[in-house]
Amino acid sequence: MLYKSVNESFNEFFIARDDAKCIRCKVCVRQCAYEVHSYIEAEDALTEDNCNCIGCRRCSAFCPTGAITIKLNEENFKRNESWSGSHIRNLYAQADTGGILLAAMGNPAKYPVYWDHLLLDASQVTNPSIDPLREPMELRTYLGKKPHSIEVVHDKKTGKPRLTTKLAPQLKLEYPFIFSAMSYGALNLNCHKAMAAAAEELGTLYNTGEGGLHKDLYRYGKNVIVQVASGRFGVSEQYLNAGVGIEIKIGQGAKPGIGGHLPGEKVNDQISETRMIPIGTDALSPAPHHDIYSIEDLRQLIYALKEATRYEKPVSVKIAAVHHVAAIASGIARAGADIITIDGFRGGTGAAPQVTRDNVGIPMELALAAVDSRLRDEGIRNQVSIVVGGGVRSSGDAIKAIALGADAINLGTATLLGLGCTLCQRCYTGKCPWGITTNNAYLAKRVNPEIGKERLVNLIHAWGHEMQEIIGGMGLNALESVRGNRYKLRAVGLTEKDMDILGVMPAGD
Amino acid sequence: MKRIYTLEDVCIGCHLCEVACITEHSLSKEPVKAFLHEQFRPISRCTVEELDGGVLSLSTTCRHCDEPDCLRACISGAIQKYDNEVVRIDTEQCVGCWSCVMACPYGAIQRNLTRKKANKCDLCPDRKNPACVDACPNRALVFKEGSQK
Amino acid sequence: MNYIIIGNSVAAVGAIRGIRKIDQQGNITVISRERHIAYGRPLISYLLGGQVTEKRMAYLPEDFYENNRINLLLNSEVTGLNTKKKQVRLAGGDTITYDKLLIATGGDPFVPPIEGMAGKGKVFTFTTWDDAEKMKGLSHDIGRVVVIGGGLIGLKAAEGLHQLGKQITIVELADRILSTAFDRPAGRIVAKKMKANGIDVITEDTVVRVEGNGAEISGVTLKSGDFIPCDTVIVAIGVRPAAAFLKGSEVEVNRGIVVNDSMETNVAGVFAAGDVAEARDFFSGQKNPMPIWPDAYIQGDIAGTSMAGGEKSYSGGLSMNSLELFKVPTISMGITNPTDPKKFEILTYQDLESNQYRKIILKGDLLVGAVLVGNVERAGIFAGLIREKIDIKPFRGSLLNADFGIIHLPREVRNSLFAPYGKVA
Repeated sequence: MLYKSVNESFNEFFIARDDAKCIRCKVCVRQCAYEVHSYIEAEDALTEDNCNCIGCRRCSAFCPTGAITIKLNEENFKRNESWSGSHIRNLYAQADTGGILLAAMGNPAKYPVYWDHLLLDASQVTNPSIDPLREPMELRTYLGKKPHSIEVVHDKKTGKPRLTTKLAPQLKLEYPFIFSAMSYGALNLNCHKAMAAAAEELGTLYNTGEGGLHKDLYRYGKNVIVQVASGRFGVSEQYLNAGVGIEIKIGQGAKPGIGGHLPGEKVNDQISETRMIPIGTDALSPAPHHDIYSIEDLRQLIYALKEATRYEKPVSVKIAAVHHVAAIASGIARAGADIITIDGFRGGTGAAPQVTRDNVGIPMELALAAVDSRLRDEGIRNQVSIVVGGGVRSSGDAIKAIALGADAINLGTATLLGLGCTLCQRCYTGKCPWGITTNNAYLAKRVNPEIGKERLVNLIHAWGHEMQEIIGGMGLNALESVRGNRYKLRAVGLTEKDMDILGVMPAGD
Repeated sequence: MKRIYTLEDVCIGCHLCEVACITEHSLSKEPVKAFLHEQFRPISRCTVEELDGGVLSLSTTCRHCDEPDCLRACISGAIQKYDNEVVRIDTEQCVGCWSCVMACPYGAIQRNLTRKKANKCDLCPDRKNPACVDACPNRALVFKEGSQK
Repeated sequence: MNYIIIGNSVAAVGAIRGIRKIDQQGNITVISRERHIAYGRPLISYLLGGQVTEKRMAYLPEDFYENNRINLLLNSEVTGLNTKKKQVRLAGGDTITYDKLLIATGGDPFVPPIEGMAGKGKVFTFTTWDDAEKMKGLSHDIGRVVVIGGGLIGLKAAEGLHQLGKQITIVELADRILSTAFDRPAGRIVAKKMKANGIDVITEDTVVRVEGNGAEISGVTLKSGDFIPCDTVIVAIGVRPAAAFLKGSEVEVNRGIVVNDSMETNVAGVFAAGDVAEARDFFSGQKNPMPIWPDAYIQGDIAGTSMAGGEKSYSGGLSMNSLELFKVPTISMGITNPTDPKKFEILTYQDLESNQYRKIILKGDLLVGAVLVGNVERAGIFAGLIREKIDIKPFRGSLLNADFGIIHLPREVRNSLFAPYGKVA
């Protein structure tokens, strides 16, 4: 194309427009954030620049007559099992620019999805199933340190049993789901409003991410976990006490071992105020916390945070799923954390180097099973709750995660999909056409916090009902009974070693 | 009575309210036919305005006032209030003098230049909810009980 | 309760609705000197030109009088009023007693004593349906017309006759047509269009003599000395409030019937509304007649409400006019020709080639007037700004924009007009 590089001209998508149906309403011109469509007034015609199309499908969704279809450009390189089209185009881009390739959302490459190899049990004949429409079905979950044993006495005054053991602070979740940490800056305020409001209505939690907590959201404090990441953005005593829990972010699944970067263009006055940095400056989160260089340092920080919040709030430590994750988790538990959050390699991000996102980290399924087994073996499983994230796509995946040992699940990608995301994976451009991962005042309006909240509440309600059906179908009536219950899973198409790590028997056995 | 209200903070400037209005007031009530194949395409009765490249946008329409200024200005009696609710223009009776355009403080009346008739929201008598409200993808238009202001 | 309304045009309709909102029981009698039910008076030029038929002249649906239980007396002229006895006297001698009276008799056309005019056949005024019918009936006999007066009535008459293919000359005393309602540039644009369509416009002149033998008219002589041949003369200089029958009554009549903000005259129980009334002016606070259709309705509504015991106050007469001639629409409102230019600020935009003109008149930070020619879209927004006395300082720079609209107003104003109560997204 004129004035475009060779690589730019190799467009992945193209617009198929049925001109007979086009009514020249120009909604496609207005809604495309990448300026693909344009209207030529003199000819009363629509035209498009296919090179810019990133396949988000917004134009085709909004076209009132269905005149637009987004098609995959079938024009491709000669078929090569080693060098795929993506590999080739990525290389071209680097030859063009000399820069690191950025990517967003989770690893899309073809690695095994363990959920698709695990199947769940159901009751037949013996141990009959329970009907969730008739019997109570317990989905409620508490996150926090559980005591080794409890003592119950008979209270002579009331005549009822009374717990004498003092419990560590707990986080109560009506559903085993938390809206995963996605910073204010990566997502705009409308999304945070939706997540906070949904968490409140559902009785679960929303994690602020590393961008701090906007002052308008302090009222949702009972449903907020505040995050303390390596950049310490927005961290003040008020912030630490604003939520019901605190999370120290060591790493995330999409980019283990490296820090974060919010470009200065995205730092407007509100983000500046919330993150406590000057307007227009880049928000750089360093790779390590510069005050955590050993497990003892981590313990020190955990207790510093507990001191600052009078031991009222559980402290979570979030790590990416990497090698030796079980040993790391054991160290974290012994360092005094109440919750360990593990983020698998499918976890998403607003912006990360593509090479890191696609090649670093291990599947959350394996990490979870390994950590759960190790903590049980060491007799300290009760000292932490395990929260996992990274690629849970349905209530089925969620139940399987719980069966592998998870206490609760972080939903990142699922939350964004609930808000309207179509996984075009261009969050780093700041031009999210669905108004989610952008702070552009014009685009951000596309997320209506009221609609966003309703959709997230709908999603979790739906998954909750499905989970109740599955649990009831197994003849159980509480999520507790599924938790860590590997016997409720069977594997198909996995190797011996996989099944060994997962602690799951092959189907048929 | 139920009226159409505007929430400018969530208006995304897509103009689909105008498309729906035009479609609903066409003969076929089908967008392709209404826009491309009918002899007289209606003009939209709701107006979308934009500033700053869309950072601010909103769609406004007739308030169906309790004491309509347009009704009082109309010289032919074409504008009447029905059942104490909907204010409607009888197109046959309208002579296109534009007195109503001059009087409406909300700028809610449009001039149809091809037919030389005044044009304004009629709350879509053939629909359960007005077309613009149903077509808005972001709930920037709501149809609910409320007063004129 | 006996209500009597003298007059059957828009002020009377406003009053009837005003009364019936409060009092469904009281007797309402409407006395009209015309033979027609309430009709849209400004439509008479459309009737003359053939753009509307007789059927469309009615201002209201047929069942209006029945539904509102009105005793309608047509073809009845009121000749006197006895405020002590609370009686109106009709032309035939009958009297009717009232508890509350509304005088909404409108205006009578002003016919100056022009030499030679008495006794001539085809001399018309143009304020009633019957005037239009008469002219239409004689239209085969009408060839060349001189219209005395280049105001709204004169131009509308000219438009109607032009539709019938007649040759017309307009003679106006001021230096431009539409001198009261509009300003010079707007008047000029309209005059240009009229001339382009074959209508002669003569300004700064007047007719001093009507020539011709017997009842026939051969032409008119102007003050300047020019002679214009014609066979028909239309007197369209203006209207005077039709209050002659009040001579000898106690009702105070100045130029019109003087009323307070409830439309009540100096005599308790006697009200006036419409072209016949002299009520408070929106800007000056002084009282003057405001012969404007929407003001007449509003005054009628207030009078009716007040008569039935309700409370409504007049916020003042606001002049506004909409006129489209030869496809050029023009709208004016408020103060359009400020007499003391130092107190006012005037913003103008014009593109005379495409007949586009916009003038905004400001007093301090308030809008007090507007003239629009060509692009008259949403002109009513200015009427709202004038009436509500909105501070225009925040958007002064946008007032001349072709697409000036709601979006230029401050956020609080926008939300107060269109957002649902108690909620902004």
